[in-house]
Amino acid sequence: MDLHTVTEVISPAEPGQWRPGDAWLGGGTALLGEPRPHITRLLDLAAAGWPPLTVRDDGVEIAATCTIAELASGLGRYGIVLQCCHAFLASFKIWNVATVGGNLCAALPAGPMISLSVALDGTCVLVGPDGGERRVPAAEFVTGEGTTVLRDGEFLRAVHLPSAALGSRTAYRRGSLHRHGRSAVLLIGRAEPAGGFSLTVTAATRRPHVLRFPEAPSAAGLDAALDTIPASQYVDDVHGRPVWRRHLTRHYATQIRTDLLAGRRPT
Amino acid sequence: MTIEINGTPHDRTPRPGQCLRTYLREEGCFGVKKGCDAGDCGACTVHVDGTPVHSCVYPAFRAAGRRVTTIEGLASGGGLHPVQQGFLDAQGFQCGFCTAGMIMTAAALTDAQRDDLPRSFKGNLCRCTGYRAITDAIEGRPAAVCPRAGSAVGANLGAPAGPAVVTGTARYTFDLDVPGLLHLKVLRSPHAHARILSIDASEALAVPGVEAILTHKDAPERLFSTAQHENEAEDPYDTRVLDDVVRFAGQRVAAVVATSEAAAEEGVRRLRVEYDVLPAVIDPERAMEPGAPLVHGDKGVAQGIVRADANVVGELHAAIGDVDLGFAQADAVYEATFRTPRVQHASLETHGAVGWLDDDDRLVIRSSTQTPFLTRRAVSRLFGLSADRVRVVAGRVGGGFGGKQEMLVEDLVALAVLRTGRPVKWEYTRAEQFTAATTRHPFVMTVKAGTRTDGTLTALQLTVLVDTGAYGNHGASVMHHGCHETVAVYRCANIRTDAHTVYTNTVPSGAFRGYGLGQVTFAVEQVLDELARMIGMDAVTFRELNVVRPGDDLTAPGSHVPDLGIGSYGLDQCLDRMRAAASSPASSAASSPPEGWLVGDGMAIAMIAAGPPGGHFADASVTLLPDGRYELAVGTAEFGNGSTTVHAQIVADELHTTPDRIVIRQSDTDVVRHDTGAFASTGVVVAGEAVLRAARALRARILAAAERSPSEVHYLTAETVDGISLTGLGPMTERGHFDGTPRSVSFNAQWFRVAVDPGTGELRILRSVHSADAGTVMNPLQLRGQIEGGVAQAIGATLAEHVDVDAGGHVTTAAFRQYHLPTFADVPFTEVHFADTTDAIGPLGAKSMSESPYNPVSPALGNAIRDAIGVRLTDLPYTADRIWQALHHSG
Repeated sequence: MDLHTVTEVISPAEPGQWRPGDAWLGGGTALLGEPRPHITRLLDLAAAGWPPLTVRDDGVEIAATCTIAELASGLGRYGIVLQCCHAFLASFKIWNVATVGGNLCAALPAGPMISLSVALDGTCVLVGPDGGERRVPAAEFVTGEGTTVLRDGEFLRAVHLPSAALGSRTAYRRGSLHRHGRSAVLLIGRAEPAGGFSLTVTAATRRPHVLRFPEAPSAAGLDAALDTIPASQYVDDVHGRPVWRRHLTRHYATQIRTDLLAGRRPT
Repeated sequence: MTIEINGTPHDRTPRPGQCLRTYLREEGCFGVKKGCDAGDCGACTVHVDGTPVHSCVYPAFRAAGRRVTTIEGLASGGGLHPVQQGFLDAQGFQCGFCTAGMIMTAAALTDAQRDDLPRSFKGNLCRCTGYRAITDAIEGRPAAVCPRAGSAVGANLGAPAGPAVVTGTARYTFDLDVPGLLHLKVLRSPHAHARILSIDASEALAVPGVEAILTHKDAPERLFSTAQHENEAEDPYDTRVLDDVVRFAGQRVAAVVATSEAAAEEGVRRLRVEYDVLPAVIDPERAMEPGAPLVHGDKGVAQGIVRADANVVGELHAAIGDVDLGFAQADAVYEATFRTPRVQHASLETHGAVGWLDDDDRLVIRSSTQTPFLTRRAVSRLFGLSADRVRVVAGRVGGGFGGKQEMLVEDLVALAVLRTGRPVKWEYTRAEQFTAATTRHPFVMTVKAGTRTDGTLTALQLTVLVDTGAYGNHGASVMHHGCHETVAVYRCANIRTDAHTVYTNTVPSGAFRGYGLGQVTFAVEQVLDELARMIGMDAVTFRELNVVRPGDDLTAPGSHVPDLGIGSYGLDQCLDRMRAAASSPASSAASSPPEGWLVGDGMAIAMIAAGPPGGHFADASVTLLPDGRYELAVGTAEFGNGSTTVHAQIVADELHTTPDRIVIRQSDTDVVRHDTGAFASTGVVVAGEAVLRAARALRARILAAAERSPSEVHYLTAETVDGISLTGLGPMTERGHFDGTPRSVSFNAQWFRVAVDPGTGELRILRSVHSADAGTVMNPLQLRGQIEGGVAQAIGATLAEHVDVDAGGHVTTAAFRQYHLPTFADVPFTEVHFADTTDAIGPLGAKSMSESPYNPVSPALGNAIRDAIGVRLTDLPYTADRIWQALHHSG
């Protein structure tokens, strides 16, 4: 929709330009999707020309401005990446414009790029007003429904996914009230070659929760770990009742554990 | 830097915060539609450098230096793009508002995406079709035909507007450029109930571009109802254009008129209002309690409110026979309480109007309405203008579903035009559709019924509570209608109804497809299903034993207009279809249930009157033009209902010509004397009858011109009458009128087989069968579309949709992301069967079939779920979380 209060676009934008009333602009699909009467300037990051995907020795750096379409075509060989792209409520047309960084910064429980970044042990690269960088584990980037660790004037520059995590086995489950509806529960389990096991709970909870185990847990061990997520952390909105989200979390976690255990046996 | 649009460079720089959709429309590309304005519905889809995007969430400045293709530029060389041709051939549209976006999306699909349409189209919403026709369009299955002269009725003629719809040239309400246009925005109440103490407009008036501020001090004192009925007194006079008391959160407080939307919005933000907040009643079950806050305590019987001192707009307490006796005679009695939530119409074109003064200083209002003539009457009365000083026109309307049988914008647009003397536009936002339009009435219904073991229904008792919200528009009528055909379809000696419609301080309810029948049917058909189970009888047999038969009176508690009768009877055929579906083995279902899922079958029936009681009028005229073609003028609006197509078919056959030789003028108060409107399932049976009469009169006159009698119809051909060329014989005009009485009834029946995952509550529809008795089928293609669309819309209401209101009276579901409309993936294929009947009353034997397919769907799904999981779910919607909870708590 038209943002009638916006009087100026800075394109491309740079660190240090932010002032109150400004908004960092990625693809714009989220920013233009709701009334934003408090925004007076758009600071366009998409025009900065950052390479969407940069492969390094230790992993892949995904620019915040990398579109979902670029991610899907560049890293779609990893099943979990494609699964998380398809978890978007939005269609492939939105993929052409929406960015990985925008999804992280919107910080919605159902944000599938959050699920992906957290489950793959990602690190968020943040740039402050002075141009200085700080690194935050993706698991700590989102602090609640719609809130992040970003400070005034700071923007998300990239997400780094380590090679080890990208290459490890994953199992994915998603629950929604509707077949291609918004995620009510999105769980990703990951088995590391060294024996480590993690379960990332997103969508069901107000922020991501990562349960880590030195080795594949027993059924009881998994249950006990899930019990550490307080009941009040389960989202209560039109996309599913909390009691059901909590049940589905356990239901799918059990399936994921079974999947990953089965996958470890020699064929 | 320029933006290239459809091959032409455009130099105008977009505004900084402008989205590409608005920029394209300002550059004249009206085919790019504003549906949700949030990236959810896809109606604005365009290609940027060949890549499909939602232009409503694409920053316009970013298009600089790029190539944009819109629906207007999709085809090369003046013809149709193959996808456009596909949509035309399959008639993959109804109102057509989503069509340009559908076509632009389909044209950009890869082969892999085309293989998974449910996923590829999750960003495209259609409210009308149920997606089957769109699937056929994309996959290249044509259906439309061009009938020969004299064979149009009964043929699959495509809609006359089809070529304009698929090319993006059909003109909807806002698809016109009006020089000097002002924009209107309103400040809406943050409180559920408050008195306005003061409005300080000084800061708002200081905003550059603000031309006028309108408050209750500028509004007429006169009370009216937003509801539009032929009989105006059907609805209470409880509404002002702008009131000094606001009765729901979202009600208009003041309007700002400015040279741009931006200035109008800024003006709204700068209005300073002082409120005296009053106690509010939000829960309808508390509205009648002593001491409850009164929503319209300042009004009474004189305004058409039955008991304003108890928040009761209307009530019905009546009986046939003796229900106590009936229950005493019963071997099995079942009682349950059912609840249906608010549902939004979600037509993709929002409410809105553009008004101006014409060269003759006449007030012209172009509106997204189902009732141009009644709106003209309402506007002229409000402002003391004679009817000939007001003209109301509807362009093509982007969906109605009853929501536009209401004057929600025209009154304020008229006030603004009269005040400023300049053209004014007011277009609802999608959020306003949810917070400040109308919804389907929420019902609470307790139904108790008894039967003997032989299947004789001995008693039926309804206790119904209808929540009309803050205003009484349609409130009493929906209650009366809801409690009529739902029980009149059964022969039962003892029926008692106690019903109330109450005010609450919430968003008003209004007319919605089915008009109360869907809600009461939801309860009655589930209670009867349970009774059949209790006596061990199958649901179809139980219905067969108890439904009305040809020759029966259609009776229900209360006084009813006696012009309703069974003009044709196909309910037996509908029930046969249900039995056949139920006897199909589980393995023959289109898709088999996954292992471990619970499977169940369920069915329900519905009856609807063909037209409303108490008068529904239509005028039509048919003119032989000098060039030998015909012009049909008819008042009724076209919003995808397809009645225009049927009208053209009727005229073509009566005048022995082909539909392409008929020019149609419609939905304009200047073209005929009167038309009550396109609502209450009347497009074919009332307007169609008037069209038929006009065409027959003209035929007789043409024959008379050749000195032939009216019965010598074989002398008339498409070109000549008795050898005399029709060219030059005209102009020659004849008129037809119909007063909407007597009325017949239509029947529908729906059957589902469902599967439920006990682990998650997920529900899948394995098979869906619908049988409809519409009398003569005027256009099988369109009729199938109406039924599929009705079933799909009802599946949405059953499995997904609910407008929520919080404890403070605020709507919390004000976007499609919070309000899930059925998508491609959510709507199953429905097998549609027509009963073979010919009606004694309707034009050429036809009956209504537009609202009614909606009505049996919810109870049929409820019955199927009950069969699958062993639990009766009484509250809509049936979402997976609720189904899982029901299973879980029942052990």
